[in-house]
Amino acid sequence: MNDMTQNNLERALKIVGTRPPRPDGVDKVTGRALFGSDKSLPNMLVGRVLRSPYAHAKIISIDTSKAEVLNGVKSIVTCADFEDFPSEFVPNGEMIVNLKDITRNIMAREKVLYVGHTVAAVAATSEDIAEKALGLIDIKYEVLPHVLEVEDAEKPDAPVLHEDMMTIGIEPSPKKASNVAKRVEFGFGDVEKGFAEADLIVEREFTTQQVHQGYIEPHACLASVSEDGQADLWCTTQGAFVVRNFCSKLLGLSAAQIKVTASEIGGGFGGKTVVYLEPLALALSRKSGRPVKMEMSRAEVFTSSGPTSGAKVWVKIGVKNDGRIIAGDCVLKYQAGAFQGAPVGPGAMCAFAPYDMVNVRAVGYDIVVNRPKVSAYRAPGGPISEYGVESVLDEIALKLEMDPIEIRLKNAAKEGTIAPYGPKLGPIGMIETLEAAKAHPHYSAPLGPNQGRGIASGFWFNIGGETSSSITINEDGTVGLTLGTTDIGGSRASMAMMASEELGVPMDLIKPVIGDTNSLGFNFLTGGSRATFSTGMTVVRSTREAIEELKKRAALLWEVDLNQVEWVDGHARLIAGDEPKTMSLAQIAKQAGKTGGPIMANCSMNVTGAGPSLGTHIVDVEVDTETGKVSIVRYTAIQDAGKAIHPAYVEGQMQGGAVQGIGWALNEEYIYNDKGELENTGFLDYRIPVCSDVPMIDTVIVEVPNPNHPYGVRGVGETPIIPPLAAISNAVSRATNIRFNELPLSPPKVLAKLMHG
Amino acid sequence: MEYVTPQSASEASQALLQEGAFALAGGTDLLVKLKTRFVSPSIVVDIKRVPKIMTIEQSAEGWWIGAATPCAEIVEHDSLSKDWSGIVEALSLIGSTQIQGRATLGGNLCNASPAADSVPALIAAGATCVISGQTKEREEAVENIVTAPGITTLSKGEFIIGFKLPKPKLRSGDAYLRLIPRSEMDIAVVGAGVSLSVTEDGKIEAVRVSLGAIAPTQVLLTGLEDIFVGKEPDDDAIQKLVAVAEKACKPIKDKRGTIEYRTKIAGVLAKRAFAIALKRANGY
Amino acid sequence: MSKTHVSTCINGDTHEFLCDTQNTLLDVLRHELDLTGSKEGCATGDCGACSVMLDDRLVCACLVLGVEADGKEIETIEGMSSGSELHPIQQKFIDLAALQCGICTPGVLVATKALLTKNKNPSEEEVRFWLAGNLCRCTGYDKIVRAVLEVAADMRNA
Ligand SMILES: Cc1cc2nc3c(=O)[nH]c(=O)nc-3n(C[C@H](O)[C@H](O)[C@H](O)COP(=O)(O)OP(=O)(O)OC[C@H]3O[C@@H](n4cnc5c(N)ncnc54)[C@H](O)[C@@H]3O)c2cc1C
Ligand code: FES
Ligand code: FES
Repeated sequence: MNDMTQNNLERALKIVGTRPPRPDGVDKVTGRALFGSDKSLPNMLVGRVLRSPYAHAKIISIDTSKAEVLNGVKSIVTCADFEDFPSEFVPNGEMIVNLKDITRNIMAREKVLYVGHTVAAVAATSEDIAEKALGLIDIKYEVLPHVLEVEDAEKPDAPVLHEDMMTIGIEPSPKKASNVAKRVEFGFGDVEKGFAEADLIVEREFTTQQVHQGYIEPHACLASVSEDGQADLWCTTQGAFVVRNFCSKLLGLSAAQIKVTASEIGGGFGGKTVVYLEPLALALSRKSGRPVKMEMSRAEVFTSSGPTSGAKVWVKIGVKNDGRIIAGDCVLKYQAGAFQGAPVGPGAMCAFAPYDMVNVRAVGYDIVVNRPKVSAYRAPGGPISEYGVESVLDEIALKLEMDPIEIRLKNAAKEGTIAPYGPKLGPIGMIETLEAAKAHPHYSAPLGPNQGRGIASGFWFNIGGETSSSITINEDGTVGLTLGTTDIGGSRASMAMMASEELGVPMDLIKPVIGDTNSLGFNFLTGGSRATFSTGMTVVRSTREAIEELKKRAALLWEVDLNQVEWVDGHARLIAGDEPKTMSLAQIAKQAGKTGGPIMANCSMNVTGAGPSLGTHIVDVEVDTETGKVSIVRYTAIQDAGKAIHPAYVEGQMQGGAVQGIGWALNEEYIYNDKGELENTGFLDYRIPVCSDVPMIDTVIVEVPNPNHPYGVRGVGETPIIPPLAAISNAVSRATNIRFNELPLSPPKVLAKLMHG
Repeated sequence: MEYVTPQSASEASQALLQEGAFALAGGTDLLVKLKTRFVSPSIVVDIKRVPKIMTIEQSAEGWWIGAATPCAEIVEHDSLSKDWSGIVEALSLIGSTQIQGRATLGGNLCNASPAADSVPALIAAGATCVISGQTKEREEAVENIVTAPGITTLSKGEFIIGFKLPKPKLRSGDAYLRLIPRSEMDIAVVGAGVSLSVTEDGKIEAVRVSLGAIAPTQVLLTGLEDIFVGKEPDDDAIQKLVAVAEKACKPIKDKRGTIEYRTKIAGVLAKRAFAIALKRANGY
Repeated sequence: MSKTHVSTCINGDTHEFLCDTQNTLLDVLRHELDLTGSKEGCATGDCGACSVMLDDRLVCACLVLGVEADGKEIETIEGMSSGSELHPIQQKFIDLAALQCGICTPGVLVATKALLTKNKNPSEEEVRFWLAGNLCRCTGYDKIVRAVLEVAADMRNA
């Protein structure tokens, strides 16, 4: 039998590494592709959500009686329609969630905890009637003082969001409830001793603001529950199986009762990994007996989905005169939003991970505030902590008059380095990306007046997880692939390419589809840069199993032993014998009926061995010193992809991530007023980069293969959002000779610093 | 909500007399307010079929721009752009290409936002607007229309049919600059429009400067004659302009900028727009 | 509520429909006529996912009332390819991977076609400012801009 784990790192590749058109391309350029809100059903109702106007309030009473009698209103749900759950933590991507919190986040129970928190939902025959009904629901609140920032939430007299929340991770464990959900710590060595030995120590505090993933497609779903309790759910999500599991728990349905079909997804970046509207739509449909469609408005997406944390970061690094880091210490305080679960764990784990540390400590605090509950956002937690570390390192390089790439090379983590979060690293590409950055013409290009160049590196672990997929060899020699991991950026193409490479048949004979939750075993969500890595692993394995079966069938037809048959270029070939004999995949498939029936194979596994991906970015900025406005003049992103299956989509991930990072660095931020209301709930004031804000994003793909994947793949999606924050801040600092330590670097903030230091 | 498409100015003002009536030009402000339920009109009066409201014409006295002409059309008008580059630049900054396809000068003014981009440029240029009402038409300087955010001096039943721009003087130039955090798709943090003319020997003959987004309405700076007229604009005069601009600021602190920031930028943009207008007046 | 009768020409075909006056052209396209190729990312003119041509002008369908479409000609993404042939812009976007999730793609394509009708040889800067109203969160715009510049060159040479 073929070795399922055999790798192709040395093999000459025909398909992998090329840039074929993606299988779903035509649907997407013609408007045919159906996204979350593009589907309708006969007799469908429209669902709308009533949201809290207060940042923090006790719910005294909810009276829906007036709304219920409005003509056209078919069902109303409140917390009374959802079961309560005890506290139970379940992993979800790089994040951890608690069902007790999830049920309260989708529908407030005792309290509302942020402006926009759901308190009721209505299904009616028209949007207008549903809106009117929302106005007729009478909710009595007792308004409580609220808190928005971590430094306020930590204070002993701060309003407490959850009266039963005791900080986890401190000894002795506290007796009094607070807003600090947990403390985490990673590291090794003795940082105090390290600092004592240091020739130079730099210690700084940084602030970052809450930012949103900013996917262009708002959350949307269409639920239909029949009288016998069978539920069909169509929704835009990064993980249909995860949605099914959440919804079955929240609604008390079995997994088999809910079929979730993922629509095409208009961007997620981590934000579509949990449920918001889905359980509401199911509950409304179950109550009314009719299909219910729900969509969030753009304002609701900002106020009531899951952005990522704003944070306070303290970093201290000590070095020897030669630039060698002798100690690194940091404290991270991340906003969790209304319920615990800030990505401070991963933030602390990767803060110093690009470097080979001797004494290192990273402490993180997960702090609840009256903002929407954070969700994952591309490398959750990483950009914030690494922004602090990479900024301090830049300042140290300046003080030592060292080149910022040299100081990183001097300290770079490599194969065998013990990561600050514990394990010994396998082969990784930190040195390779730094060398590539140094060699890039961008790095030595001259700078104009008021311009500065910044560089920064980034580290992200990547994940594997439960995955299953299947392959079918059709009678006409074409091939079907059924995948369970949502395609959010072209992964169908990469899967078809790997199958094509293995089988030796052209890619256009392979049709990949995303299956619903009834068609495959459990698949974890698309997140953690795991799609190409994990799904690719199962595709390669199931394809190899199918090849094995094809060989068997050929052996039967030739009446020889299986070991007489090998698979070469899409054909079975008889190894021994007088004359060379071959049989194509199509010929074998055509006779499958005679040789034992249809040929298919599947693979389910819990994939491990994801390889960390490192990146280094170079950016040139120009600062208008009279207005504080920063422009991005030139940008180069360099990253280790392990192996780029479809280089164009790897570049696309690097470019997209870099530009999201540019937005985070320059202008994106949640702006609250003193009532705790979000003031910028639209794209006009929540300023994601527009086309004219950015230059071309040059890319260099470095390939240090991941030995745990048959093609050497690492995840690539998340790392690229990490370096831009510090790279841009470093560039602005170098352009102005003033250190900046606060994001976003929006014109008013930059000018204030230029004027007042 | 009712929707009507009057074919004449009098029909339009008749319709606008009704309770809860709103004029609809490009709809780029009104439809956003409808969607966010900020307004709920009982009747929407689409004024785009009123004669002359969608035209651009040149005459001996200057220019006519119909109040409902989409910005994209105005921007495409070469000779108008030559005469009044600053105004055309200002209105070309409104929104995106898509917004340009619909947005109008009438809407930009009557929406009465302190940040409206075309308004400082129009005021600096000394533009007037022609207002159609129940019984008669009247003409009013642009700076006399907006009195507070969202509030204009138009009375019930009145609407703007078009704008008149004077024929530019010899050796004159205008300019508009705004500051936004991004490069496009943003509402001005500060806007500055300048229109000026110079004498043959390089002295300032006349100058008007108007600022946007620094007070509840656009502001026409006063006291500039003493500083500039009859003199060459030296550094000292420019510093005085900056001071006058900063002093005119009565900004609010909001999500788009702090008071300190807006004040500082008002001076910077006034100075920079002045320099551009001066170059144009001198024929570069 | 009474509805207004509207007659328009969409992608060359006459369409008659009844429309609530407060419904936008985007509502009508998506919900009445099942032309869901035009997307709704914001409904307030900020994202450009709903870009369509209205009497040869690029506009946001979410900022046009359905009733305003009476007697007008509208072009949407559904009318871009002809028969089984993709428009060269569509093909170029696939070839250069100028889309990831694809939600912005219909709007970007409609806007690009409008640009290339007006300006056969746009500079990178012109492309970037023309498309500034079409938000894309996935691609960082690089491949979109490259695709537009490249297809413009192809179309000039064709
Ligand atoms: C995404 C986006 C970006 C934007 N960017 C900018 C920007 O950069 N700069 C800027 O200044 N604005 C901007 N705007 C606001 C808007 O586009 C402009 O103010 C535009 O000029 C309004 O014109 P309109 O014809 O669309 O107005 P409408 O929406 O039709 O009307 C606006 C208001 O004026 C009234 N009105 C319209 N015409 C008349 C008339 N002739 N007589 C009397 N009353 C009238 C209407 O009743 C309504 O109250 C933006 C809007 C959007 C959606
Ligand atoms: S939906 Fe029309 S611009 Fe966003
Ligand atoms: S491809 Fe996803 S928004 Fe553009």
